[in-house]
Amino acid sequence: MRVLEAILSVFINPQFYKIALTVATPLMFASLGGVFSEITGVVNIALEGIILMGSFTSIVFTHITGSVWFGVLMAVVSGMLLALLHAWGSIKWCGNQVVLGTAITLLSQGLTGFLMEPIFGQPGQTDFIGRIDEITIPGLVKVPFIGQVIGEISPFVYIAFGCVAFGWWLIYKTKLGLRMRAVGENPEAADTLGINVYAIRYFGVIMSGVFASLAGAYLSVGEIGQFKELMSGGRGFIGLAAMIVGNWNPVGAMLASLFFGFFGAFSNQLQSLQQIQVAANVKSLFDTIPFILTIVVVAGVVGRSRGPAADGVPYEKHG
Amino acid sequence: MKKMLESIAVPVIAVLIALVISAFVILAIGKNPIQAYKILLHGAFGSKQAIIDTLIKSTPLILTGLAVGFGFRAGVFNIGAEGQMGMGALVAATFASNFGGLPPAIAIPLTLLLGIAAGAGWAAIAGLLKAKTGAHEVVTTIMLNWITTYIASFMVTGPLVTGYGSPKSPEISTSAQLPILMRVGAMELSAGILISILAAIFMYVFLNKTTTGYEIKAVGFNPYAAEYGGISVSKNIILAMAISGALAGLAGVTELMGVHHRFLGELAGGKGFDGISIALIGQNNPIGIIFAAILIGALRTGSNEMQFMGVSKYIVMITQAIVIFLVAADRIVRAIYARKKVTA
Repeated sequence: MRVLEAILSVFINPQFYKIALTVATPLMFASLGGVFSEITGVVNIALEGIILMGSFTSIVFTHITGSVWFGVLMAVVSGMLLALLHAWGSIKWCGNQVVLGTAITLLSQGLTGFLMEPIFGQPGQTDFIGRIDEITIPGLVKVPFIGQVIGEISPFVYIAFGCVAFGWWLIYKTKLGLRMRAVGENPEAADTLGINVYAIRYFGVIMSGVFASLAGAYLSVGEIGQFKELMSGGRGFIGLAAMIVGNWNPVGAMLASLFFGFFGAFSNQLQSLQQIQVAANVKSLFDTIPFILTIVVVAGVVGRSRGPAADGVPYEKHG
Repeated sequence: MKKMLESIAVPVIAVLIALVISAFVILAIGKNPIQAYKILLHGAFGSKQAIIDTLIKSTPLILTGLAVGFGFRAGVFNIGAEGQMGMGALVAATFASNFGGLPPAIAIPLTLLLGIAAGAGWAAIAGLLKAKTGAHEVVTTIMLNWITTYIASFMVTGPLVTGYGSPKSPEISTSAQLPILMRVGAMELSAGILISILAAIFMYVFLNKTTTGYEIKAVGFNPYAAEYGGISVSKNIILAMAISGALAGLAGVTELMGVHHRFLGELAGGKGFDGISIALIGQNNPIGIIFAAILIGALRTGSNEMQFMGVSKYIVMITQAIVIFLVAADRIVRAIYARKKVTA
């Protein structure tokens, strides 16, 4: 009974919902990035590496210029460059997209590790460099409960929801979005209609780099204010899982990310409950929950969701 | 003959290009790349001790390379060799500290089997999910890698914890440790190197001389045609993942029995991911994989020495990433190769 009560106490705590939002935010960016790339037909598992590079670049440029927002801007540039590299190998040279994505993730891990000492003089992690403060929304912050959840929160949370709305509008309400979907479903037909398949795919992949790098910037300058090696921690892949669960739709991917955020926050809060006495080493078992959940959800849902028909298939002009 | 030459040419040129690009990266931080590579080469092959060290480092890499390469031949991308390797070592370490009463002739094969079974079982989860639900093995094996990390951290700080300092399991019984073939200074080359070469022979024979091997290759080459030809795709996907995982588990248990003799916090330490580049450089061919593993093993050994002149060992990761990129988009290499031929 005490355990049940304890679990209930988690759910009525506004802090729980705030944590859920902050856990979901990087996943929302990452899964939106996945949607933009895959909807045009390019599988992008480089997201993990792009996130890591985004975390690193934003800290580096905050360190150099002292401006956190300039750091975020440069993170976006780094994300676009890595995505461009992925697009170049996948679209121009028709390489295996999954293997190319692995290469780019490894490149990010190598480059960030390699540059730590020359730039910060120490391996592993940086000191505190700079952080984007939470913003307070006057009025809203005074509203009971809701105010405690979103009245004072990182601006990245709002940016993430804004990006999802923008992504949904672009993909479903504009001519460009229609072309993106056409290229992902049937590139031959799109080509016949005069759509530049390559240009659309480059656009989709580069946009995925923009969003994934924002996830990275959030993790470093948006949350803890420092860079740690491998701090992306599998979020690129969980983001891809959210994309699949969300059926390659920006809003679906957002809902799936929120679902993952909800469980992430739940396992996080359970560990700190006093009613459930957990030994320190058992905490690492709690840490497996998001990953087990991802497997279960992907396995449960994947048969019913359907990706773009030409996803992962390089397009070559004939004749 | 010409075809064979070309299949060797792509990875060799890719490695050369990657070394040149890495040299520019070293130059960019103000170090001398030629001197760095000289030190690297000396660190890897400059003395008898260095050569033994390179062989010790190559042993698990041959096995993870075989694991990933076997997967590629079967049409699955096993990015989870890292977790399967850790699982193999962890499960074997859990039991093998109690094998003191058994003679080595029983304890050694028993421990090896434990590691192989754990790796195979862990990978078979991803195989089963892919076959039955269509869940992509890249997503599931990556998640299994993270789960392994946390389970291992739980085991070595909880049930298995021993002594003080960094978390570790108790030492496995002496009778479960692999015999030492050669000893130079503090370096001990164990029989693990023989196990890895035997595994390469196994992969060659299995894929080329058995019906099951033929079926697995057929499914990897074209699942639709295989199904039409009466081969069960789902059975072969699960089997392929299990065998790939068995090889990765063997890598973990060999490392346990031959090198560390106990499970340390992180046993795989990226060797599972190295398997991807090794399989690609070796073109998924067992003999190619042995050479590719020695190459990466040499880079790893040599890069330790390079650290002293201020070039981080992460440079090896960058080099590997470029190699993977170039082999995956091999048309880039072929285009360069073709242009060279024209001018020559």
